[in-house]
Amino acid sequence: MKKTIRIPMPVRYLINFALLAVLLLTGNFLVNIVDRYYAKVLMLIGINIILAVSLNIATGYLGQLPLGHAGFMSVGAYTCSIFVIRASFLTNYIGEAATFWLGLLLAGIVSALFGVIIGIPALRLRGDYLAIITLGFGEIIRVILLNIDSLLGFEFTYGASGLKNIPKNTTFLNVFVLVALTCALVHTMMKSRHGRAVLSIRENEIAAEACGIKTTYYKTLAFSVSAFFAGIAGGLYAGYLGILNPNTFGFMKSIEILVMVVLGGMGSMLGSVISATVLTVLPEALRGFSDYRMVTYSLLLIIVMIFKPTGLMGAYDFSLSRLLEKGINVMGGKKPVKKGDGAK
Amino acid sequence: MNFPNHKGKMVPVPSTSIIPERDLGKIPVLEARHLGVDFGGLTAVDEFDITVGRTEIAGLIGPNGAGKTTVFNLLTKVYQPTRGTILLDTRDTAGMNTVQVSQAGIARTFQNIRLFKSLSVLDNVLIGLHNTMKYPLGSALLRLPSYWKQEKQAREKALELLSIFEMQDVADTPAGSLPYGAQRRLEIVRALGTSPKLLLLDEPAAGMNPSETYELMENILKIRDTFQIAIMLIEHDMNLVMGICEGIAVLNYGRIIAKGTAEEVRENPVVVEAYLGKKKEG
Amino acid sequence: MMTFIYQLINGLQVGSIYALVALGYSMVYGIIMLLNFAHGDVIMIGAYTIWISITAMGLHPVLAVLMAVVICTLLGMFIEKVAYTPLRKSPRISLLITAIGVSMLLQNLAQIVFGANAQTIPSIVTAPNITVGSMQVSVTAVITIVVSILSMLGLTFLVQKTKMGKAMRAVSEDTEAAQLMGIHVNHTISFTFAIGSALAGIGAALYCCAYPQATPTMGSMLGLKAFVAAVLGGIGSIPGAMIGGFVIGIAEALVKAAGLSVWADGVVFAILIVVLLFKPTGLLGRTMNEKV
Repeated sequence: MKKTIRIPMPVRYLINFALLAVLLLTGNFLVNIVDRYYAKVLMLIGINIILAVSLNIATGYLGQLPLGHAGFMSVGAYTCSIFVIRASFLTNYIGEAATFWLGLLLAGIVSALFGVIIGIPALRLRGDYLAIITLGFGEIIRVILLNIDSLLGFEFTYGASGLKNIPKNTTFLNVFVLVALTCALVHTMMKSRHGRAVLSIRENEIAAEACGIKTTYYKTLAFSVSAFFAGIAGGLYAGYLGILNPNTFGFMKSIEILVMVVLGGMGSMLGSVISATVLTVLPEALRGFSDYRMVTYSLLLIIVMIFKPTGLMGAYDFSLSRLLEKGINVMGGKKPVKKGDGAK
Repeated sequence: MNFPNHKGKMVPVPSTSIIPERDLGKIPVLEARHLGVDFGGLTAVDEFDITVGRTEIAGLIGPNGAGKTTVFNLLTKVYQPTRGTILLDTRDTAGMNTVQVSQAGIARTFQNIRLFKSLSVLDNVLIGLHNTMKYPLGSALLRLPSYWKQEKQAREKALELLSIFEMQDVADTPAGSLPYGAQRRLEIVRALGTSPKLLLLDEPAAGMNPSETYELMENILKIRDTFQIAIMLIEHDMNLVMGICEGIAVLNYGRIIAKGTAEEVRENPVVVEAYLGKKKEG
Repeated sequence: MMTFIYQLINGLQVGSIYALVALGYSMVYGIIMLLNFAHGDVIMIGAYTIWISITAMGLHPVLAVLMAVVICTLLGMFIEKVAYTPLRKSPRISLLITAIGVSMLLQNLAQIVFGANAQTIPSIVTAPNITVGSMQVSVTAVITIVVSILSMLGLTFLVQKTKMGKAMRAVSEDTEAAQLMGIHVNHTISFTFAIGSALAGIGAALYCCAYPQATPTMGSMLGLKAFVAAVLGGIGSIPGAMIGGFVIGIAEALVKAAGLSVWADGVVFAILIVVLLFKPTGLLGRTMNEKV
């Protein structure tokens, strides 16, 4: 008999914290040593990871196809920026960093609210119709952001001329913390009865209902959690760029995020993380041949889809502990494994 | 094949259904009265009356297209009935949806297996156990003690349920990669996870060989005895139906044409005609 | 009143173009359940074909249009063979992403070849306006509306009365069953793409009449709106695509007439959302129920 060794839960968490610390230290080292350009790329990677991981909730886990993720991102970006600009008096009391964090939280909450408002009607539709209706909502958000000032009668979003002078509060550190938090929270949600309920809807909605799962509730939940993190990413993005224009968050931005998720493998957080990283670095790396950059990008997309339609990672998810377990079991139990083979 | 201890005496009840004598003093688990549904002018099921005893194993048979699965869909509110009432444990299910009916105590399996295919066997059962766990989302996010405790209990319960069909060893394999018969069994286990009072099985033996079917019959009886629940099943395998069902209702063209014990149904000329067609004279 | 009628005609003209493009979306969706994102970019290629044919090759405008139709048809079939056929058994979302990839590829190739700036297309139709009572109606508007209605009638005939049309309907109903009945599924799908892309070629010509410019990204918004039209009318339905196209075109024209042009895109999508909420499969779409 093979007796496999399992790493107990507390140790697993310790391992993950250790991994995080190592990543943080190397990242920080890179940021401080190498030049500012790389720091910017690292921040952009982090923001894109949050976007991809958050979209993955709705696409990979819930199995829906929203095409308006950039809409949520823009809601978050504008909420955070307008809050930070208008509530600048707060900085005197709690400091600039804390005001920004508050703005990010607010960005998440307002985006999640939009998620609920859009999700309730949109999630009644299935498949492609949901895709189209979210696309529509995304475009409407963009048109509203562009033109709301003329309705309000005062300058609020500054329309097409752009919202300028946003304090550039986004740093490698707060991006890193939020990436880690996002991944951790999404992970703990998915590995719970609530996450399983979301997965069951993807797998078979009718069976899920027969199991007593409130599908409407869980669809809306997944949708708004997805919007929540998109909003936070939007807030970070605003603090990274320092200037916002609604047209940044058009349909193509939604597609860009979707491509990250699908290319990484739907339902795989590791896939989202890797492909968000690669797809952020790749265009930067191809900057030398700027003309052919997007052509290469789109060709790669087509080729990967044709040869690996489920995405690079499939639905595989990474667990350092599981990897270690495998290692321990192979190293520590060579003989039993051989015996097992012989018995076959 | 015989299952001597389950051929108990049957007792007629006012609606001309019959329920086992042992369930007589108890409130029937299910009473459907004048149940019917129309699809765009077409009557799929009409005047469907049935009473199912507390621990009865009831059979619903009939030729293809008779409306058997539609009855299950009505009972579980996948379709809303056009007419009639369904009393589950004396509680009227009018206005309830599939989820509420499930929570009220009806669980089912599907004719065309509907498992959560890419999830593990264990996860499938855990989803069935969804409502037995109560911890809120916050507990899960912060991994509070209630999360650990309830997840552990649910996991143990799931493995225990899987052990009915000796499936605890495949707990980690994806449900979709199980052989066909095992998938049907897993659907039953998942349904049991919702702690039903009434379990509806839609062709549980479809695609099984005789020895698997025989095992399934034993297991259905075992489930009834262990959980003390009622089971209603649709099945074309007459050995199974006649072997374990106590009360049998025969459906044809959406209406019940006969009800009774296995013997009664088997000898009923109307039933024979429904299955084999009218005898040609001369 | 006068301006209203002018705007209505204007709306009908733009709406006819949307409708023609929508037909392409609708047919492809009907047969392989794909939102063919590259469809709008096929139109863009069509517009550039017309531009090259007239300016560089000095062809007669009618020949140029013919050229555009041919090129679009071939391009549509080529895309289907190379990019979509290998994915026919893959998850639908992979197919969708591939379509998006093709769309991006076409746009960026066009940008490299033709440059990012708009190219002016010489007018295709040169005829004086028609005078009806006290009104002047542009010939292009009339031609556009007539051509698109004729195309729709032709397409209806093709789908309803011909053998190929029957095959198309069979494949869209149930691909496997159609194959078992001896229908050549690959040919039928190719043919559908050919027809849809030919319509895109005609659409390109009509679009160039209305807006005589070609840019690498002209296909995306046009495609998006035509796509909205297809969904609005009920995807898979020929008269639906037509109605959807007109609704979108007229709504847009009226919003612009009211001096609210900046809101036009928002209104288009708002109409779509409202319709889908009350009629989840579009105005003329069939409701589909999953068998339990």
